[in-house]
Amino acid sequence: MTTVEKEPSMVKQKEMIAEHFDRLAAAGEHGKKVVYTFVPGNLTELLLSFDVLPVYPEINALQSAMRKRAGDFISEAERVGHSEDVCTYVKCDIGMKRKGNIGPTGQPLPKPDLLLLSYTGCFTFLKWFELLREEYDCPVVLLHTPYQAEGKVTGSMRDYMVEQLKSQVIPALEQLTGKPYDEDRLRTLLALSARAEDDMVHVLESAKHRPSPIDAYFGGVYYIGPMFTAFRGTEGAVDYYQTLRAEVDARVRAGEGPITPEGPMGPEKYRLVVEGPPNWTNFREFWQMFSDEGAVVVASTYTKVGGVYDFGFRHDPRDPLGTLADYCMGCYTNRSLPQRVSMLESYVKDYQADGVLVNSVKSCNSFSAGQLVMLREVEQRTGIAGGFIETDLVDARYFSAANVKNRIESYLQMIEQKRGKGPGATPAGAKEATP
Amino acid sequence: MRTFIGIDLGSTTTKAVMLDESGAVLGRGITNSRSNYDLAASIAKAEVHTSARFELLGRELRASVGVEGVEKILPRLQSELRRQQNLAHLSVLAEVCIEECANPRVARIRGELQRRVAGMVEQMTREEANPNPLKLLKPGEKTSEFFRDRAASAYSSLAEQNADADVTFDDLMSIFDKAIIRVENTKHDEGFAELIGLASERVSARLEPAVAAQCRAAVERACAVELIDGGVIGTGYGRQRLPFAKENIRSEILCHGLGAHQQFPGTRTVLDIGGQDTKAIQVDANGIVTSFQMNDRCAAGCGRYLGYIADEMSVGVHELGPLAMKSERNVKISSTCTVFAGAELRDRLSNGQRREDILAGLHRAIILRAMSLLARSGGVHDEFTFTGGVANNPAAVLALRRLVQENYGERQLNISPGSIYTGALGAALFCMRAAESRAAA
Amino acid sequence: MTDAKENVERIVAEADALYHDLDFGAVKRFKEAHPEAKVIGCLPTYSPKEIIHAAGMLPVHLRGAGDQVEIIRGDAYFQSYICQLPRGIIELALSGRLASFDGFVFPAICDVIRNLSGIWQLLFPEKLARYLDIPQNFDAAVGGRFYARELRSILDDLERLSGAKVSDDDLRRSIAAYNHNRTSIEALMSLRAERPWLVPADEAYLVLRAGDTLLVEDHTRMVDEYVAAVLELDRPKRDHSRVVMSGAFCEQPPLGLIRTFERAGCYIVWDDMTISSRFIVGDVATEGDPLAALASAFVERAVESASVYACKRQKGSELCRTVRRSRAEGVIFAAPSFCDPALLDQPMLQAALDKEQIPWTAFKYAENLGQFQVIREQAGTFSDSIRLWGQ
Repeated sequence: MTTVEKEPSMVKQKEMIAEHFDRLAAAGEHGKKVVYTFVPGNLTELLLSFDVLPVYPEINALQSAMRKRAGDFISEAERVGHSEDVCTYVKCDIGMKRKGNIGPTGQPLPKPDLLLLSYTGCFTFLKWFELLREEYDCPVVLLHTPYQAEGKVTGSMRDYMVEQLKSQVIPALEQLTGKPYDEDRLRTLLALSARAEDDMVHVLESAKHRPSPIDAYFGGVYYIGPMFTAFRGTEGAVDYYQTLRAEVDARVRAGEGPITPEGPMGPEKYRLVVEGPPNWTNFREFWQMFSDEGAVVVASTYTKVGGVYDFGFRHDPRDPLGTLADYCMGCYTNRSLPQRVSMLESYVKDYQADGVLVNSVKSCNSFSAGQLVMLREVEQRTGIAGGFIETDLVDARYFSAANVKNRIESYLQMIEQKRGKGPGATPAGAKEATP
Repeated sequence: MRTFIGIDLGSTTTKAVMLDESGAVLGRGITNSRSNYDLAASIAKAEVHTSARFELLGRELRASVGVEGVEKILPRLQSELRRQQNLAHLSVLAEVCIEECANPRVARIRGELQRRVAGMVEQMTREEANPNPLKLLKPGEKTSEFFRDRAASAYSSLAEQNADADVTFDDLMSIFDKAIIRVENTKHDEGFAELIGLASERVSARLEPAVAAQCRAAVERACAVELIDGGVIGTGYGRQRLPFAKENIRSEILCHGLGAHQQFPGTRTVLDIGGQDTKAIQVDANGIVTSFQMNDRCAAGCGRYLGYIADEMSVGVHELGPLAMKSERNVKISSTCTVFAGAELRDRLSNGQRREDILAGLHRAIILRAMSLLARSGGVHDEFTFTGGVANNPAAVLALRRLVQENYGERQLNISPGSIYTGALGAALFCMRAAESRAAA
Repeated sequence: MTDAKENVERIVAEADALYHDLDFGAVKRFKEAHPEAKVIGCLPTYSPKEIIHAAGMLPVHLRGAGDQVEIIRGDAYFQSYICQLPRGIIELALSGRLASFDGFVFPAICDVIRNLSGIWQLLFPEKLARYLDIPQNFDAAVGGRFYARELRSILDDLERLSGAKVSDDDLRRSIAAYNHNRTSIEALMSLRAERPWLVPADEAYLVLRAGDTLLVEDHTRMVDEYVAAVLELDRPKRDHSRVVMSGAFCEQPPLGLIRTFERAGCYIVWDDMTISSRFIVGDVATEGDPLAALASAFVERAVESASVYACKRQKGSELCRTVRRSRAEGVIFAAPSFCDPALLDQPMLQAALDKEQIPWTAFKYAENLGQFQVIREQAGTFSDSIRLWGQ
């Protein structure tokens, strides 16, 4: 393993996360209230305006997988009756709770004082918090985000969202904290969100350069970290994205490619668009299967689960509740399949991709159901052949390295062969060999 | 002569194909993959060299003794060479078996066990050295060419005769099971020239002196041809562990596409059902892959599944297809899950369903899985080439033929007798093309 | 007596024919009789069929392809870890069996059905494919109002499809028809709970499933006639245990599996297989704003279901109540493989049963399951054990 010098943005992100988990570990001591909520459709600015600390169970689950603990946790959940068939994020979280609720930094996580169930883009979220409510015996407040089935947000949908925020979510937070809703404070936080969002979009769109200075999937999951979790709306996030932006701009000027955990990537040979979440149990190995081949992901849909910002949306402090509603409804998995196809199509075109690859995860039907049809549609619209691999989020039993590597390499070699200049292609003028 | 080798390292067998400078197939070799991929690759390579020498020998003999002579002499030389190889392996087996008898696990009966095992291997050696001319194969009967399978079959029948209450059948077999793994994982360095020399002496002894002289001369000439290593390209399920540099490894999908194109130039769709995975591939007019789909991590619907079924029914895997062809009634099987295969089978048998009918249903279920991969990859286009071990199974072919007809209409279905070598052939072609590119550059 | 027996046989045969007809002959006959009328396919679980009916259309509940249709095309669209039902639906569509349908409603039940609505938009752009965003907020002033608007928007789509306006009175008439239907179904359910030997599970199931395809008035008549006829029969009471079946609200177990339970010694005295026609408890108001009435009935009186978030109520205790109300001795959890809502609910429900010492057993199926032997043994053992338990 090579030692890679960490860039300032990486160091900063690590510090932000460490501080957050310190605060969580000391929540009881300092009398801080803790709210568990989900990444898609999270109301972080609203939570921060009430000075409560958010916890994101999906993040804990994926961190557990990266630390190779998920297998134990999933077995624990299956031991208490959960089916092998269901979402492994849920099982990993329940197993973790039952095994002492030790968070990714090794510190214990506080119990929730409230579960803020943002039912956005994933039906399993409902079940997840029903199960957690049983585990913790604490109140739940629900925010039902209507699905963009017709490919748009209607007035009725927006009214429903704002009504839920006003009549249920805010009163629940007021009751929890004993503080009144402070709209001015919320506006301030939303303005900070918008600033950081500008810089994050700049970073994600830097992948339009050749070579791309970033990997927008494997690297992308780090870049979206602060924005999708406890830091949106903070000065820390604004600083982080400014720093990151400067680093990425410097790489563009120097004509450099992405940095991987194994060091700077070699020459860019393939530009890919990826649909679907990554696998976390074998994250580094998975990334390396791409980077070893010179494949860089220039755009991904997974980096839009916690908000789609690259088509113009920004949190708008002028309309605090309306903007939260729009944000939630715009999250990637809350969009219809035709909308998702259009996004992939525009990524392929705008980022001049050579290929589009689906990583279909066993756990997440919200992403996965329909991906085969989507892929076919994208192939037809763009004229490029798609690739398809199957893994899981946090269950290593569904990660077959040989099978995945086989498919990735075959797919990349196929792209190479089609270009007609690869080592496998027929050299110009060479006659077909006959038996 | 410059040669190009492709090696397809599969989960059950490793195949090698050698091409000559013109792209014609010079040799084909196959061995079981064992747990040691490096060794399997090197044995397959040795086998392909042997096969290539025989091809050259055939050419020499045709020139000197004519086609009829070739037909008479070449098979004798081949079986004699195989026998010489087997004898060499048996002598290693004898040694290893005796060593295994020293295992503390069998200390209680060591002396008696050692005596019987030694006697048995000695008898096997004797029989191999002096084959019984009456022990002819029945027409159509298939036997394995692999030393492991031949030795296991001979040893176990002798073990049945030699077992009693003191030294049981299981005691005897446990020695063999341990020993054969060691034998298989030992590299045998018998050179081709030496063995063919021995073989040619034995065969020539029974020929007219003039023909014998021509035979010896042909053997010498064939051995004298220099086979220049023009490169090796590896592919296959275990290819990440092939002892080759990265640039000498090609995806098995691409190799199957190109190999199928070489075998049947009109191919547009390829279905490969191997032991561990199923692949549906679309290729263009040049054999270049345009789209593909593979099964997920689960081996349901792959060749391995048939292996489980065969084990469950205590029949050889190659017997399943012919049994299923005797089916008279449709049995619908919805799951091809390897985990439940055994239970479902026992269930159906206990419900009085006929074994043949169940098997036909299972074959159809496997092909149904393949049909969905085909559909995902873009359908079935003319011509359609079926490769992999399962392509030798008549019941699978029948089910495929019917389902393709029902869902896509009339399609030309190609199955090469050498279909198991398709991936290795593609790899060998890639090897030749890479050399041509290098030469052009 | 003989008449009653003949009636039962005739009714069950009619229901059985509807169940087995995946070419939807009944739909074609309906269209021949009403050339202008449209047919709307409704996916599991609950759709407000009242508004489809009010628009002069035939709502048909689609439940997959069962165990009769071999899935050839459908598998190409779904990964192996997705349940069987959408494969069956796609198979029906791609094989032309749904050609006489004019539109489809995909209720919010799980991510698979939700995304199936998108697959439909991509594959069949010429057909109406409506996602029905059932509210998960049960405050009448919030979720109820949103739902009423959602119903209005579906009704707008239906009106565009038929080219005719639907009046409030049309809606009220349809609401009344479905109220009547629920009352009749409730009578059948009560009879099952009281005297299950009179109403074998497979018969009750077929008669209720006939409501998937029949016009509601015709179905109500069928249920009423069936109940009247079986009451006159002298069917023997067997020494069976009484069980509640839970988890089969979407993809359906094959008929053979339902029969297997009773053969294994279990009377199914309550189940959620046909919960869609009983989703609202009690009558929907026939006065006032009909859409508001439907919406408030849903947010206030929908049954507990895995596809509905239990914000106030406790699913576990509701299941225990169902067990007590139907005087069941145990619960069989029968859920489709890979069914997220059903399977994720199970540990909660099981814990609640354990607390009240109600025995249960659990297994998974797929709609095309072909082998029942293992389940039969499991159900038989379960039945024996709860009878011993009871003694």
